[in-house]
Amino acid sequence: MASSFAKVMSSRTTGLLMASLGAGAVATGYLLNDNAAVVAEQRRKLYPPSADYPDLRKHNNCMAGAMTPAIYAKLRDKITPNNWTLDQCIQTGVDNPGHPFIKTVGMVAGDEESYEVFAEIFDPVIKDRHNGYDPKTMKHPTDLDASKIHSGVFDENYVLSSRVRTGRSIRGLTLPPACSRSERREVERVTVQALAGLKGDLSGHYYSLTEMTEQEQQRLIDDHFLFDKPVSPLLTCAFMARDWPDARGIWHNNEKTFLIWINEEDHTRVISMEKGGNMKRVFERFCRGLKQVEHLIQERGWEFMWNERLGYILTCPSNLGTGLRAGVHVRLPKLSKDPRFGKILDNLRLQKRGTGGVDTAAVGDTFDISNLDRLGKSEVELVQVVVDGVNYLIECEKRLEKGQDIKIPAPIQHFKK
Amino acid sequence: MPFGNTHNNFKLNFKVEEEYPDLTKHNNHMAKVLTKEMYGKLRDKQTPTGFTLDDAIQTGVDNPGHPFIMTVGCVAGDEESYEVFKDLFDPVISDRHGGYKATDKHKTDLNFENLKGGDDLDPNYVLSSRVRTGRSIKGYALPPHNSRGERRAVEKLSVEALNSLDGEFKGKYYPLKSMTDAEQEQLIADHFLFDKPVSPLLLGAGMARDWPDARGIWHNENKTFLVWVNEEDHLRVISMQKGGNMKEVFKRFCVGLKRIEDIFKKHNHDYMWNDHLGFILTCPSNLGTGLRGGVHVKLPKLSTHAKFEEILTRLRLQKRGTGGVDTASVGGVFDISNADRIGSSEVEQVQCVVDGVKLMVEMEKKLEKGESIDSMIPAQK
Repeated sequence: MASSFAKVMSSRTTGLLMASLGAGAVATGYLLNDNAAVVAEQRRKLYPPSADYPDLRKHNNCMAGAMTPAIYAKLRDKITPNNWTLDQCIQTGVDNPGHPFIKTVGMVAGDEESYEVFAEIFDPVIKDRHNGYDPKTMKHPTDLDASKIHSGVFDENYVLSSRVRTGRSIRGLTLPPACSRSERREVERVTVQALAGLKGDLSGHYYSLTEMTEQEQQRLIDDHFLFDKPVSPLLTCAFMARDWPDARGIWHNNEKTFLIWINEEDHTRVISMEKGGNMKRVFERFCRGLKQVEHLIQERGWEFMWNERLGYILTCPSNLGTGLRAGVHVRLPKLSKDPRFGKILDNLRLQKRGTGGVDTAAVGDTFDISNLDRLGKSEVELVQVVVDGVNYLIECEKRLEKGQDIKIPAPIQHFKK
Repeated sequence: MPFGNTHNNFKLNFKVEEEYPDLTKHNNHMAKVLTKEMYGKLRDKQTPTGFTLDDAIQTGVDNPGHPFIMTVGCVAGDEESYEVFKDLFDPVISDRHGGYKATDKHKTDLNFENLKGGDDLDPNYVLSSRVRTGRSIKGYALPPHNSRGERRAVEKLSVEALNSLDGEFKGKYYPLKSMTDAEQEQLIADHFLFDKPVSPLLLGAGMARDWPDARGIWHNENKTFLVWVNEEDHLRVISMQKGGNMKEVFKRFCVGLKRIEDIFKKHNHDYMWNDHLGFILTCPSNLGTGLRGGVHVKLPKLSTHAKFEEILTRLRLQKRGTGGVDTASVGGVFDISNADRIGSSEVEQVQCVVDGVKLMVEMEKKLEKGESIDSMIPAQK
């Protein structure tokens, strides 16, 4: 039951401020007591925030862009109710200066409260990443009614596959950068138990990474389902690969169209996919599956992390809001060579990736096209943007095939302010 | 977690069985020693700087190891780690260091005059000689755990001390983050430059955080005395030169170390040291002397001899490739160094290298002449 893992709303006793790293005067360890308060105080005098302020001069990420000595000084000694600190949030951004062309986020949340306790740095980062969305004044709409999608079936001469993914976090348990082994195992237990309750086209099976057989592993690789230990320093520096592969696994339905990753970069990643161009059906299954899983965990006293400022709470600020990436693998041999391709995508609020996913190159003329935005628009709105956008791209491709000219569409508005 | 243990107290709300790591597929010293009971006993403890058991073992949990290579699997975050987590570190140290007991005493001897010979290793075979060790500055947390402020303080102190050296030790500091391209090229060409760790053993222990902040390399003008600042330890001190004059290398090593220590002492900073563990370093494998004294030596025939490994073991030596740890040898040239670190002194360990390499070169010469070396094989030291 949820109560056995109830969050401990530990008071910010002085003992907990053992982020202190001062001169080690005591030769043996001791349980937390008032002496810790003295040591913590010593440390604050010995190492004021300015001594610890990271050197971000060569950095190009959202965190580095927003961080100032004043913000750092204010937040360094704060902790969330789960005792997570600012330094732990930003370590990944300090360790990965970024690339002049690719602006990464540069910080992660350790728990739901991180976004609150460290709002002074998270808010400007969110604003920077999500087109000016202001968590202090705006509300994020959630809409998982797939019936609202229209024209959601693509021409399969062009669209090879369709996919929608998001993430969900279990309220009351800390996130992958921070979680202890028992919390991670609890996420696995709660999720697997819920998934076992899915029926019909959604019924399926769980494959734990620690217990998978060689055959199962090979099959999951062939199905393009298997996720591996993260190698990206963006993730490893955020402590997300600790204790690998303990409590990590993959669940999928028998039809291989609904898939859940457990304890990779988020508590859960939920994926609906199929070959061909029926995005409407993919999204319908997505919404149906999510609602059923939510219902199943609620039966046991759990719920997803969500609030009306930030929508669904996930580890990386880039995935706040809907956490949704809806996309297709689509062939665009002529359009992709047109110099206006980039601008067309921009105006349609779409992004292209290679067919291996993020940070891969396109193979041949096939691209992964998906929504750019995550926060400030609902799931239905974002999927409709993808549907409308991909239909437009296919139209362009067809026109180019016939030797006709194409037009750059007017830019879509980000969100209603 | 590195440097911020605050989350540890939250974990105590969960049962031991729930938190105990899955070590069933692991092959490292920590995994062999850490039972659930031990985990339960130690998990609520922390050192004065807030280092916890989970911090110490994370690298061993994340790196199950290799069936043939036994890694240590745990690190210290500060001087007191070895005391607070004695129950874990003592058996790990015993396993790693040939049965070294919790009650044993370690002797330190950096009197270079006690070394016999070592100035006559045949330079036709011995291409270069090198001695390295590490030092930690008392009062500061170690690389797995230190904050940026502490790491910078260690750099500042070290650079001040090094810049006040003179004579053959006069030199310059090159901070990693402001090195020019030309300086970097030169340091690479000299085989001096260390890079951001890529080994998951080090990364999993949190030692690469904030790279390259407060990291750097200092070396003397002659390029025979070199100090790494804030890599795997606070300081790594290296004395090296081409050829086989280990005596000179060791003398410079001892003199340089003492000079640096004297300067630190003047500013009320000591090295971390005690009479049981010797010099305190991040990895338990480097306790004691932290000394690796070695040569690059050509042994093409001996290295293919059936008894090569046996000879090395008896001489208390180990082989590595010429790229250092975890590399292969190139062209019959091996890095041969002392296998022991604790329970014997610096002089004794370098003596092993000097005597052992001398013998192996003679064996190589014998094999070149087509003669047998069976009568030369030594007894176990």
